[in-house]
Amino acid sequence: MGKMSVELDVFVGNTTIMDEEVYQFWLDGYTVADAVRVRMEGGVLQECEASAEVLHSDTMDQFRTFQMCERLLHCPSKLANQLLFQIPPHRQAMLIERYYAFDDAFVREVLGKKLSKGTKKDLDDVSAKTGITLKSCRRQFDNFKRVFKVVEELKGSLVENIQQHFLLSDKLARDYAAIVFFANNRFETGKRKLQYLSFQDFAFCAVQLINNWTVGAVDNMVEDMDVDLDKEFLQDLKDLKVLITDKDMLDQHKSLVCTALRGKTKVFNEMEANFKNLSRGLVNIAAKLMNAKDVRDFFIDLVEKFIEPCRSDRWTAGDIKLFLTHYTNSVHILDTFKHQVVWDRYMGVVKSCILKMYHD
Amino acid sequence: MPGKLKAKIVAGRHLPVMDRASDLTDAFVEVKFGNTTFKTDVYPKSLNPQWNSEWFKFEVDDEDLQDEPLQITVLDHDTYSANDAIGKVYIDIDPLLSSEAATVISGWFPIYDTIHGIRGEINVLVKVDLFNDLNRFRQSSCGVKFFCTTSIPRCYRAAMVHGFVEELVVNEDPEYQWIDRIRTPRASNEARQRLISLMSGELQRKIGLKVLEMGGNAVVGYLQCFDLEGESGLVVRAIGTACTLEKLSNSSAAAPPACNSPSKDIKEPPFSEDPNPNTHSSGPSTPLKTQTYSFSPSKSYSRQSSSSDTDLSLTPKTGMGSGGSAGKEGGPLKTLLRQQTQSALEQREFPFFTLTSFPPGFLIHVGGVVSARSVKLLDRIHNPDEPETRDAWWEEIRQEIKSHARALGCHAVVGYSESTSICEEVCILSASGTAAVLHPKFMQEGCLDGYSDPSRLSRQPATFSAGSEKGEFDIFPQSKDSSAALGLEEPSPPSCGFCHIPYDELNIPFPAHLTYCYHCRRQKVPDVLFTTIDMPAEAAVTGKGCLIQARLCRLKKKAQGEVNATAISNLLPFMEYELHTQLMNKLKLRGMNALFGLRIQISVGENMLVGLASATAVYLTALPTPGGIQIAGKTPSDITYEQHISNMQKKINDTIAKNKELYEVNPPEVIEEVIGSPIPEPRQRSRLFRSHSESSDEVSELDLSHGKKDAFVLEIDDTDAVEDIHSLLTDTPAPAGFYSCNTEIMPGIYNWTSGLQMFTSVRVFRLSNANLTNQGLNKIFNDLCENLLKSLYFKLRSMIPCCLCHLNFTVAVPEDELIQVAVTAVAMTFDKDQAQENWKLGADKTHMKAIVENEEQLQFPLELCTESPSTNPFSPCRGTGLQESANAHATPRAASVDYSSFADRWSSWIELIRLKAQTIRRGSIKTTSSLEKASPLPEGRSRSLRSTRSYAGSTVAVVKMTPLSFIPGTRIIKYLGIINMFFIRETTSLREEGGVSGFLHAFIAEVFAMVRAHVAALGGNAVVSYSMKECVFMENPNKNQAQCLINVSGDAVIFMRESELEATPAPPQTSCSGGEVTT
Repeated sequence: MGKMSVELDVFVGNTTIMDEEVYQFWLDGYTVADAVRVRMEGGVLQECEASAEVLHSDTMDQFRTFQMCERLLHCPSKLANQLLFQIPPHRQAMLIERYYAFDDAFVREVLGKKLSKGTKKDLDDVSAKTGITLKSCRRQFDNFKRVFKVVEELKGSLVENIQQHFLLSDKLARDYAAIVFFANNRFETGKRKLQYLSFQDFAFCAVQLINNWTVGAVDNMVEDMDVDLDKEFLQDLKDLKVLITDKDMLDQHKSLVCTALRGKTKVFNEMEANFKNLSRGLVNIAAKLMNAKDVRDFFIDLVEKFIEPCRSDRWTAGDIKLFLTHYTNSVHILDTFKHQVVWDRYMGVVKSCILKMYHD
Repeated sequence: MPGKLKAKIVAGRHLPVMDRASDLTDAFVEVKFGNTTFKTDVYPKSLNPQWNSEWFKFEVDDEDLQDEPLQITVLDHDTYSANDAIGKVYIDIDPLLSSEAATVISGWFPIYDTIHGIRGEINVLVKVDLFNDLNRFRQSSCGVKFFCTTSIPRCYRAAMVHGFVEELVVNEDPEYQWIDRIRTPRASNEARQRLISLMSGELQRKIGLKVLEMGGNAVVGYLQCFDLEGESGLVVRAIGTACTLEKLSNSSAAAPPACNSPSKDIKEPPFSEDPNPNTHSSGPSTPLKTQTYSFSPSKSYSRQSSSSDTDLSLTPKTGMGSGGSAGKEGGPLKTLLRQQTQSALEQREFPFFTLTSFPPGFLIHVGGVVSARSVKLLDRIHNPDEPETRDAWWEEIRQEIKSHARALGCHAVVGYSESTSICEEVCILSASGTAAVLHPKFMQEGCLDGYSDPSRLSRQPATFSAGSEKGEFDIFPQSKDSSAALGLEEPSPPSCGFCHIPYDELNIPFPAHLTYCYHCRRQKVPDVLFTTIDMPAEAAVTGKGCLIQARLCRLKKKAQGEVNATAISNLLPFMEYELHTQLMNKLKLRGMNALFGLRIQISVGENMLVGLASATAVYLTALPTPGGIQIAGKTPSDITYEQHISNMQKKINDTIAKNKELYEVNPPEVIEEVIGSPIPEPRQRSRLFRSHSESSDEVSELDLSHGKKDAFVLEIDDTDAVEDIHSLLTDTPAPAGFYSCNTEIMPGIYNWTSGLQMFTSVRVFRLSNANLTNQGLNKIFNDLCENLLKSLYFKLRSMIPCCLCHLNFTVAVPEDELIQVAVTAVAMTFDKDQAQENWKLGADKTHMKAIVENEEQLQFPLELCTESPSTNPFSPCRGTGLQESANAHATPRAASVDYSSFADRWSSWIELIRLKAQTIRRGSIKTTSSLEKASPLPEGRSRSLRSTRSYAGSTVAVVKMTPLSFIPGTRIIKYLGIINMFFIRETTSLREEGGVSGFLHAFIAEVFAMVRAHVAALGGNAVVSYSMKECVFMENPNKNQAQCLINVSGDAVIFMRESELEATPAPPQTSCSGGEVTT
């Protein structure tokens, strides 16, 4: 067969033919040769009495199709309006959803980082570390950046904006909201102590923060409402410091919590011994949040100041929940404490976040 | 001022960024028609401009309306330098000129640039007001409808078929004008696109004039091609069939539901479906009626009467005289037919029909394939206004075709087409068709005269004018009554009549072997039929059909001028002979006996000729079972050699047996009465001629018959033959669940579902080794085609069970060491279960009617299962496997039966070889059968693709494309006009665009997109009879350049799903059969 080489080989259907499996290989950054190899191993050859040549031709052809579609996928709303490819809507949705899907391993590497050229340059390290191809890393990174750029300055709900502009599913739009939110506030997620947390842990926390601590939580018609934290609120958090600076109040708070928990937890003694430390930790985190730099350390602080001490004392998740509930509620009984609203707004989020983050 | 063209530019979207600084564009639009240009305002700084312009009005002659396209150019305004063109849209106004087609063109069109491809879209509105101007000398032919479809378009009926129309126009190719050296590639491409568009318009107008002259109002089977003759110019030529079409007034009332399988149409006498009771009583005085029978130009009245006289006087004699012996009857009957029709047709220069599919009864007999080729040397066309040379060339070829047809005892040629292949200054002109005898009634001129005797008319119960969805002629039903009225002996049943020989048995123009028809046992049939048409729906077939291809390459020396032309001329006969041999061998290997849709293409390159013959093979129940293939060695003494031979023989026998199972070719058992047909000397071996030294000038006829023997004998006395046998056996069958054919639909499959995927695939192969032999080359070419087919099957595997229909291969030799193969086809899903039911029931009977009845009984329950959700791609192999094993028992027996009893076979053709200095003509006449394309098949149970519109969120209307004339499960309710588009794409950054594959992939996708956009703008939702008539690809990788020209055509239509039609109150007429579908 050495006498002949295929110079040109194309197949164009009136309805664009796309194989989901091959699409995934393309998204994953496989070369054509690799994709052919994997497909052969997958037994597709038996399916239709095909040969390796046939498989190669088909894979090439589809990779080319995807490449031509890629431009449109950058602006998914164009995909529905373009005339070049006739793709049934459910296939369009699949193309978009898969294109914007990302690997958990990858997102953990860039979550909270500035989506800048510098970060992009480091993607080969990310690729080496995660085993995800560089091509795929770049696509995922560019997706993050593209979504970020588009929704950055828009009014209205972050999730809805993402959904509207990128036609993503509800779930994926929420994940992107988290990514955008983290990138905007540059939360530190990469420290060794935070490695045990999954993207979904952070995404959950992001939702809590977006729903409760951003401008949008109080006013839903401003720009960046879901992206920026409510400055006034952060300012007000300083007032919570009285809970640890006023010795009477600290003691009273402690005794209220201890009374409530006595006999209800196996780590009561540890809790009682550690109460002041834990409370100082939580309140100090709050008081520092008005500095952008400290906002970035929010999660690492939660881990260092609260989660680690509890873990070393072998608190269970139930213990944590019980403690935080009473810790939060007891403050309501402190009649000298005037910042109940701020306290609740703060502790509501912190409690949810800690509960989500408290695992191995 | 007979017309006013109005255009409005609404908006643009997705425009490219033309100003790097702002990332925006300041777009405006020029609208040009003829020499008048309007401009919109500049819409600054936007990629989605909203011009919302006034109506631009052009007052123009309708002649210009036909010739010129509306040209829309989108530009980027630049204050300081020349405005940059973004791209153009050409809109063909023609569909707006016919009252029955589209009324407005409105929609988003891709903005196309020959260098950059599609660059955004523009929304345009176009209307035409035509003023009546009856007194003018007509230069225009506004209102004549054009159809690419090669059958009577559904929703029309043919009141009259006038016959062949042809025209060609020539011009200089802008690419070769001196100015091309100084203008940009873009300007050159645009000049070319525009010129071809103009020439197409002019051609269409001129053909329209001819149609009007003949008294017609439409052209069916319109085939337009262009020849890029390089330095010598540009030829645009077209052929078609002029008709008078009448729109079926109430399409839903008149049309039987599309679920009717073709066979059903036959079963019911057509007149019973006649929705209009008036037509039944059609007296002689109904003018409309009379029209319907006339077939020929309304001129020459003198003849008609004489012909009808003949008719009257002759009928009784022949009818009575031939009485008992059917065998003898053939002669007089044929004479009669000839007499009746000759006069009608002979007054016409060329009794040719580009149709490939006909209503039942139109074809009486089919004689065989007639073809002619001629090699010409091109020289510059000096005067574009006088294209006589080219005209004369085609005229010669047509004359030759005509004489071939006569030699076969036929007065007409159907399924006629013409093509060229050009390399440098050598051009091969080819024409082919199927010689046929048409129903005398169609040949009557002035129709009325033939029936002026009222008593005769009263005896015809069937002056029906049954319209049907698929469009029909008015004909006499194939009932005994009508033939009795004609005074003919009992007519042949529709399911086999077309197979009966049209020529005089005692005066056969070539060696042939005839048997009595295995269906009616009354008339003679050949043993093999080759045709260029679709199989008649009423034909009785056994099992399913399959695609057969013969492939061949022949090296030739590079040469110039006459030497080159002579060399090519000398090669052609051998190529055709070998292609035919291959076809015959492959046909036998599949245990089948007829070919439909035969298309033989011979392409010329500088150092080789490539031949590709494609056809759909079937087993016609009426023809004898083909004998096997027998191998004979030349030195029988050698034992090992004998063994080798017997091994091969075994392989061949095994393959035949396997194929019979695969295609369910399980012919009914035949009573072994060999009715007095001349039994040939048994076992006379006719060897294949490998070398053609015999065929020199003085040999005007070659005996190429494969007949006179029990089995087809292959004598392997040289290596070529061994190769041939080898390649025969390496043709791999389609994977389980796939069928393929190059006709509209696959014989033997009747229950199409709605899955539909049209595609184009192009491959170019580079032959890197210069020392190729013919054999090596053949193998490469063979592998190339086989691999391409395999790739298609693989690509489309998710549609199983499905059939690749209208699989149309085109080969070209674009450069020295390149072979290009382009395929356009449609994959259609069908319901396997039902197919098997049909097969089971149908297999044991020879009569179509029986099938129909069974189908009818089955329809209801089967439909239910089709719609059940479980119909996902099931493994078809299972089912077939069982089925096949059942058939397997029968197979060997059947084989042995035919061996002994069908001793006589014939396949005949005439090889007329005339070599002249630089001109060779060649015609071959083969036996054939005729057919009518099966009609739209049954109900598309909407299993996969539900309606195409109404997808939430999508603003782009779905447009289906198919090379077929129909879409299963739907009914075409309106034809919106012909689509005939020509595009050029060029690049100087080939690598950046993904190499040659990336470049062509994008271009083909763009062409599809532009076709769809135009159809959608006309208000349509599909293109039927779509074809890519030209795909000329040139590359220069060293310069990073490539160029491609594509010409596509088709009919824009509106279709509705059967289910939607039923939702609307069904007219009572449809209820009889429609009721079956509704559940």
